[in-house]
Amino acid sequence: MRITQGTFSYLPDLTDEQIGKQVAYALEQGWAVSLEYTDDPHPRNVYWEMWGLPMFDLQDPAGVLGELRECRKAHPDCYVKLNAFDSTRGFETMRMSFMVHRPAVEARYKLRREEGPARLVRYTIERA
Amino acid sequence: MSESIDLKALLAESGVGAVLDELDRELVGLAPVKTRIREIASLLVVDKARAALGVEGAKPSLHMCFTGNPGTGKTTVAMRMATILHRLGHVRKGHLVAVTRDDLVGQYIGHTAPKTKEVLKRAMGGVLFIDEAYYLYRPENERDYGQEAIEILMQVMENQREDLVVIFAGYKSRMDTFFQSNPGLGSRVAHHIDFPDYSVAELEEIAERMVAGLGLRLSPDARTALGDYLRLRRGQPNFANARSLRNALDRARLRQARRLLEAGRVDADMLMTIDAEDIRASRVFGAARDPAEEAAC
Repeated sequence: MRITQGTFSYLPDLTDEQIGKQVAYALEQGWAVSLEYTDDPHPRNVYWEMWGLPMFDLQDPAGVLGELRECRKAHPDCYVKLNAFDSTRGFETMRMSFMVHRPAVEARYKLRREEGPARLVRYTIERA
Repeated sequence: MSESIDLKALLAESGVGAVLDELDRELVGLAPVKTRIREIASLLVVDKARAALGVEGAKPSLHMCFTGNPGTGKTTVAMRMATILHRLGHVRKGHLVAVTRDDLVGQYIGHTAPKTKEVLKRAMGGVLFIDEAYYLYRPENERDYGQEAIEILMQVMENQREDLVVIFAGYKSRMDTFFQSNPGLGSRVAHHIDFPDYSVAELEEIAERMVAGLGLRLSPDARTALGDYLRLRRGQPNFANARSLRNALDRARLRQARRLLEAGRVDADMLMTIDAEDIRASRVFGAARDPAEEAAC
């Protein structure tokens, strides 16, 4: 199952060149770019591991792409996402976040239905 | 192949001619530096022409070393260099990140690599200017973390040549020892540019420009006094060329302000003019008579 999340979830995976262009855009906007990875890409898992600190004061995407290469090399079996944080007052949040790496064998999830009283059904997505 | 390219047009198109002319106009002296920068610019234009005709060559290594005494304009030129390299398409952004040892070397084990890498990341797409680079290497302490920073620098200088240009700067003699003790680094720096000291005439010209920049002017007597001042000051220790001159002028401004206040009523002309007495009051003139006095002003 191809897991998708974030800004470009409806698109095929971006190439490195395309990632570079997105990073360049983020830097132009003054957003700080950071990388995160996880082996548990559950949609409700918001606690991904940080790959180093967010990269502040960058001018050029080359630095981010270098870190991305390092991160992929260290965690080839993890999912890696790239976040762009906008510190402008009023936003102070991620403005862009998308996956930049997925493992060769993807994580599998299944949907579990739980029957409750009065025909209530609870749905849970859990790792298969 | 009959296709040909007009190099002059290519140069004009890049807009680098304007930067080079500005360099000639705005920086006094520094003839060898200007020649070298023109050479580098020419090289890049020729390379561009080659690429346009389909002759692919590796990008030249443009890491540089600026040596010279303090105040000879190394940082200023580095800033211009970043613009020139950007106009010629050698670096993508053309910003200058100026750092010293403290920005690169950490304080405990494992601190240096992330610190150096962060600086390198910030400098990507532009120019990394390492001032007083010889401090990176401390031979007296074999556990010094500077060596680690040097190794990371070297790696990036070699592998990511298209991403950034590194400029080392420092005093000539100490930079020479630095490169001797780090031969790997020395061989990766292709351009060694030496910044000569300014002559008194050149310093006087710089002074005129500085004063004009402050919205002031020197009276004819003040000009003579400044010449005398510079001749004396040059012979004294810790003379930092244009920087010393700037400091001297700043102090002259202070004295002028005091003099004007004491005078009470002033007109626009007085407000704008630095007089000989503002400069003659400097301790340097006293020190000429009394060389034992340690006079830095």
